[in-house]
Amino acid sequence: MDHPIKRDHARFRKIVKGRIRDNLRKYISNGEMPSPKGDGQFKIPMPSIDTPRFKFGDKQQGGMGQGDGEAGDPVEGEEGEGEPGEGEAGNEAGSKELEVDLSLDELASILGEELELPNIEPKGKKTMESLTEKYTSIGTQGPDSLKHYKRSYKEALKRQIAMGQYDPNNPVVVPIKSDMRYRSADAKVEFENSAVVIYMMDVSGSMGDEQKEIVRTESFWINLWLKSQYKDIEIRYIIHDATAKEVEEETFFKTRESGGTLISSALKLCREIIQSDYNSAEWNIYPFHFSDGDNWSTDDTKLCLEILDNDIIPESNVFCYGQVESRYGSGQFYKDLHAKYGESNEEVILSKIKNKDAILDSIKDFLGKGK
Amino acid sequence: MRSKPIDGALAELRIEIEKYALEYGLDYYPVVFEVCDYDTINILAAQGGFPARYPHWRFGMDYDQLSKGYAYGLQKIYEMVVNTKPCYAYLLNANHWVDQKIVMAHVFGHADFFKNNYWFSNTDKNMMDVMANHGTKIRRYMDRYGQDAVEVFIDKILSLENLLDPAVLFETPEVARRRMASMVVEEQDDSSDDRSSALKSFMRQKARNDGDQVGQAPLPIEDHNSDYDSERYISPRDVMLYLIEHAPLEEWQADILGILREEAYYFLPQRMTKIMNEGWASYWHSTIMTQKALKASEIIDFADHHAGVMAMSKQNINPYKIGIELFRDIEYRWNTGKFGKEYLECTNMEVKENWNLDTGLGREKIFEVRKSHNDITFIDEFFTQEFCERQQLFTYKYNSRTGRYEIDSREFEEIKGKLLTSLTNFGQPVIEVEAVNFKNRGELLLRHVHQGVDLDLNYAAETLKNIHFIWKRPVNISTTQEGVETFMSFDGKEIKTGS
Repeated sequence: MDHPIKRDHARFRKIVKGRIRDNLRKYISNGEMPSPKGDGQFKIPMPSIDTPRFKFGDKQQGGMGQGDGEAGDPVEGEEGEGEPGEGEAGNEAGSKELEVDLSLDELASILGEELELPNIEPKGKKTMESLTEKYTSIGTQGPDSLKHYKRSYKEALKRQIAMGQYDPNNPVVVPIKSDMRYRSADAKVEFENSAVVIYMMDVSGSMGDEQKEIVRTESFWINLWLKSQYKDIEIRYIIHDATAKEVEEETFFKTRESGGTLISSALKLCREIIQSDYNSAEWNIYPFHFSDGDNWSTDDTKLCLEILDNDIIPESNVFCYGQVESRYGSGQFYKDLHAKYGESNEEVILSKIKNKDAILDSIKDFLGKGK
Repeated sequence: MRSKPIDGALAELRIEIEKYALEYGLDYYPVVFEVCDYDTINILAAQGGFPARYPHWRFGMDYDQLSKGYAYGLQKIYEMVVNTKPCYAYLLNANHWVDQKIVMAHVFGHADFFKNNYWFSNTDKNMMDVMANHGTKIRRYMDRYGQDAVEVFIDKILSLENLLDPAVLFETPEVARRRMASMVVEEQDDSSDDRSSALKSFMRQKARNDGDQVGQAPLPIEDHNSDYDSERYISPRDVMLYLIEHAPLEEWQADILGILREEAYYFLPQRMTKIMNEGWASYWHSTIMTQKALKASEIIDFADHHAGVMAMSKQNINPYKIGIELFRDIEYRWNTGKFGKEYLECTNMEVKENWNLDTGLGREKIFEVRKSHNDITFIDEFFTQEFCERQQLFTYKYNSRTGRYEIDSREFEEIKGKLLTSLTNFGQPVIEVEAVNFKNRGELLLRHVHQGVDLDLNYAAETLKNIHFIWKRPVNISTTQEGVETFMSFDGKEIKTGS
């Protein structure tokens, strides 16, 4: 049986998750993003979970140290770094900032619970092949680290009995090389649903840093949710002003161009990408477009609607347009889309993002339909 | 969780090290050594050294942190000693052979300290059993009243866990018994029974509640200014006991409060003697190893380990380092006679420097010191200017102009003052109960005895909310902020702050 502390631990994890859910809105509007650690876990700084006590304010406190240096020299390192050496029984909880690790699934489920997001019903057949390896079979060759002791000794025992070398009164079993058995992997083909998210963003002069920050935060959480819903997911980025180009993630959020805006340029590129790389029978396609709503001309807007209608919307699960409010943007494009597709179109989701506080609601707009 | 008694070579090693410890005159209750894997030792450490505690998420949190620290190679617990009789000591099975030696010697130092230091004299040496019983009890309350209700209540009590009066540690069983008896007249003489004091607190509560209704507001007691008669005296700093006595608690709540109070007082001496305890144990592992137990081939490993434990830090005082150096300094001074009126009044630096009366009292003196001091008195009495300079101590503070922490001072007086301040009342603000019937409305009034450092008001506000949960009537605290009398209260709805 597990030690009771595992239950305390599970309890702690539950409290932490609850706390994160309660603070999700704050996290998101602060633009604080959990930092991925590489092994699929996310590190989240924890809002204080410690017990409130009467304690000294630290304004007047400072501290004490040992070592060289004159008055006025900086004290390197961070205050409260752990003391080295042997740990004493933990009767004093440390005051260190708490960081918790959550897996992508856990984090996504928190998001899902908080926003009451429905699971996505993938369209199309499960056509993507994916190979998964599982160590389910036994082989006669392999590295020592995969040696299967029980099976090896069984083989040895069989051999010894067969050869009449086994003495029940002195049950010594010595495996030789040919008795060794190793765990080995079986490759299994599974069919998956896969998805592609195509982000398009207007990087013309009117989109400021704050607007981009909003897009960045929003796209992080959208990616998180979609990743939890699809095993295989690809993400493409397109930036545009009067012309569009495909870029890396980093460039996507950093680029700033001046000049005019032709939304159609992005949509054209998006169409090209879909047509060349993603067969909509196999892929769930999610084009997201973020802008401040300015477009160069009504003619271009007309062209945009044409491309959407004829090429993009039929191929996609849903087309999402997020309009980030900016001082310079007219917001006209939203109105145009709204006039055409209305509020409750199944294939087009429109959302206005006023400020950082509205990010969470906008995420719900986009993902709340379970498309 | 797996731990097993030591055997084989480790058992032989123990006999060897113990022989040295006894030769040096260390005196301790029998020590039971067990070896365990890192996971077990993390569990034990998270639970304050005890294999069985009551269920609470905070143990899980500490376990989480320790496990991660170990997995990332940031920290490793070599050993743990528990203040019980017999004294339990856990060794990590993955320790190197030299480490096991050091750790055993270190453990005997702690064991000696637990037995002989006055501040530990009234700690319950059966704590293994007591803690396990507390666990069982609280688990039963959880079964009956729901895990959430009980856990939430414990969360609130933990806010009070640092409001303790060290003087209570010296309450002899006789005094405690008389106080109990005065509280519950009906209760029979219980000097002979061995029930835990938490259980007694529970029974006392029961007896009291038989008289009046449970769940009522605290009974108004005379005038809040009048002193209690001496028999009913409760230290104003023993806030937990005040709540047990005066807050409108259910039986199970009063019992849990009593349990947590008992555990808090059990750990208090360890919080008050961190520097001495670690210094003493380190002094002995160093002495035993370098003079007796160390083989030539192990010197490098020993030095490496020892240096790691003694590392000085610019951000923190390392209690191991200050403790061991101070004990060594005392030993040196009493060996050479560098103490007393004559030495202190000597103005000739040359003579002072070479002062040596061959008094040879060092060893005797440090044994005496380990018996009668705690961290504050230890520093106050033996922390000298020479020592301070030799240890390269400094204070630092935040410079808002440069936005970084900077070395502030190397003045002896200032450093010592700061060190003593940080140790006063085991580093916690002094909070007293001023009145339990404040404004004659059953409100609780606490007073922060300001000793130079302000309270963190945000934390204070949250703490008041938690106390209100227990007290159920408005709670108030008076304190000083930036030199101004400040008054904070919580009436169940909002925090009010005024001057």
